[in-house]
Amino acid sequence: MSDATVDPRFRRKPPKRPLRLSWADERVRGIVWQVVVVAIIGGIIYWLWSNTVHNLEVRRIATGFGFLWREAGLPIAEHVIPYEPTDTYFRALTVGVLNTLKVAVVGIVLATILGTVVGIARLSKNFLVSKIAGFYVEVIRDLPLLLQLLFWYTVMQGLPGPRQAFHPAEGLYFSNRGFRFPALEWEGAHTAALAACVVGTVLTWLYARVARAKQMADGQPRKIWPAAIALILGLPIFVWLALGAPWTIDWPALRGFNFRGGMAVSPEYAALLIGLVTYTAGFIAEVVRAGILSVNQGQWEAAQALGLRHGSVLRLIVLPQALRVIIPPMTSNYLNLTKNSSLAVAIGYQDIVSIANTTLNQTGQAIEGIAIIMLVYLTISLSISLFMNWYNAKIALVER
Amino acid sequence: MTQVSRPSFLRLLGAALVASVAALPAMAQQAPTLDAIRARGTLVCGVNTGLAGFAQPDSQGVWRGFDVDYCRAVAVALFNDASKVRYVPTTAQNRFTALQSGEVDMLSRNTTWTLSRDTSLGFDFPAISFFDGQGFMVKASLGVRTARELDGATICVQPGTTTEQNLTDWARANRVNFTPVVIERLEELVGAFVGGRCDAFTTDVSGLAATRAAQARPADYTILPDVISKEPLGPLVRHGDQRMTDLVRWVHFGLIASEELGITAANVRQMAANDTRPEVQRMLGRNGDLGQMLGVDNAWLVNVIAAIGNYGEIFERNLTPIGIQRGPNALWTTPGGLQYAPPFR
Repeated sequence: MSDATVDPRFRRKPPKRPLRLSWADERVRGIVWQVVVVAIIGGIIYWLWSNTVHNLEVRRIATGFGFLWREAGLPIAEHVIPYEPTDTYFRALTVGVLNTLKVAVVGIVLATILGTVVGIARLSKNFLVSKIAGFYVEVIRDLPLLLQLLFWYTVMQGLPGPRQAFHPAEGLYFSNRGFRFPALEWEGAHTAALAACVVGTVLTWLYARVARAKQMADGQPRKIWPAAIALILGLPIFVWLALGAPWTIDWPALRGFNFRGGMAVSPEYAALLIGLVTYTAGFIAEVVRAGILSVNQGQWEAAQALGLRHGSVLRLIVLPQALRVIIPPMTSNYLNLTKNSSLAVAIGYQDIVSIANTTLNQTGQAIEGIAIIMLVYLTISLSISLFMNWYNAKIALVER
Repeated sequence: MTQVSRPSFLRLLGAALVASVAALPAMAQQAPTLDAIRARGTLVCGVNTGLAGFAQPDSQGVWRGFDVDYCRAVAVALFNDASKVRYVPTTAQNRFTALQSGEVDMLSRNTTWTLSRDTSLGFDFPAISFFDGQGFMVKASLGVRTARELDGATICVQPGTTTEQNLTDWARANRVNFTPVVIERLEELVGAFVGGRCDAFTTDVSGLAATRAAQARPADYTILPDVISKEPLGPLVRHGDQRMTDLVRWVHFGLIASEELGITAANVRQMAANDTRPEVQRMLGRNGDLGQMLGVDNAWLVNVIAAIGNYGEIFERNLTPIGIQRGPNALWTTPGGLQYAPPFR
């Protein structure tokens, strides 16, 4: 909106009234009430705080965050960063936060994909597909998540033991110890290739922008995909070949009690991820369905009347309007998935809640432990909200 | 959007809040816990969520077990009524918060006495009711004979226990690598072990025996001979109420001393009336005022033994059936026995 269109009456400031120190003055009353409310809240907080400190002192319960730098001594099965029981509580808690993020980020991506597929399937004209999707949504949404997690964990334990592991292909093992698959032995050349892939993606994006600008100028559409393949796939392969093409596979093998080597997904992580993804996807499916249904049929018809193809109608007309409805409830679903990951405690996945619980149990510092848990979830949730709000603002319809 | 409940987290949060607003004036008195129990008319006792022999509800829903009998004994000493107890099942992780916050008056939940728990957690350990040690249990089919052979194994362990810390200490000292599986609730942890998620299950030997006895085919499981730690288990009370600490401590000593002097549930009333030994007369309240010194009825120990039995009777009723030997928990008069009571005087 430009300034020129604003009615000049709305731009004029209201006349200033002198402030009278009287109860009859609305503004004075307002200030007094606000001061009173702030004082009451401050007083309650102070009372809670001083009372807590006093009680902890009387009961001789240790306080403060000094324990963070003591040796944790607790074993953690899964860690993204190196961890030994001799490390500090701080590092143990960091491992917990990373484990929470590991399940939350992967879970959000997978739940979005599955939820979108189910949501679209429910709108399908195919009777069987839409009924199956509807059945999925109704069943998954109506069962408690904790129950579903325990169900998936029990399913994982129902797999055969490591010595009788299900072995569909060379190097692939499914057992009640988790899934094992071969892994590439990571070397410098792989890091360089990965970096080249990132660079290639950025270059492709820039190229697409330039191509689009040119199309705007002369109306000629330009092919992007040959450049995209060359940059995103060709460049990393070239870098990898130039650095000697290292290719060593670490095959898992049964040694002693368990498999060694290769990559592993633990049953705890798998059960938690499957449970969270299938559960949240049930809700996301309904959000997606609502979003698509919210776009008036007339929009489809009008777009087709303009001569746009089906894909273009979806991409340029329907999706931007549907996303406006989809994004805000999607944010809630992402937040719920992240917070629900704390149910990991029940099935032994060591997320931040599990590790903080053990920490506060060993140190006895419950208030500090819970403060850490709250701080972590608050930070993660606010980050998700912030990102989603930014995205929402970005895709919002620009009204002219 | 449905919000799923997180029982243990909410309980911890609640406990922390309760701790923060717990009334100040109560702390100034001498016996806040005892006064609160008397005013309420029931003892709130934190027990295990379910461990055969120690604390488990029977088919009628009545809590039974060694630890439960300690709760009942304290209730009898206070109210002369073993039913005046409310049991709160606590997990290894939330037990301390439950006691710190005042949700329970005492814990009787196979808790190991350690220096840090005695000091920085704000607790007092009145007595050692059971001398235990940490061991390992494996499936017999695994063919493992000693714990040292567990290198590379996956081991099931409860989080937030001394067991967990002992395990890492032992593994480090013996250069044994292991993968932990930590699940808070004992039932689910045992389920994971039985289901084959872990090669070994580690906890106190008494707990292993209890778990093994509860399985459909106990012979399928072997408890390894290695004992890797000292686990003195006992009841636990909040620091700051010495009278409560004294009462729980002397209830335990009363159970021990009664066994030593041959006082049983069957003969206690008769002995209280007829026995001529001076210590028996003092203990059972015919002479002196030991009961009043503890702040309870002078006939407290008569009531306790009549209702619950002495230490040996409690042990035989709860732990002998699941295959736990007296071992170090025999009276000091038996070779190898450690249970000992100071004089009732």
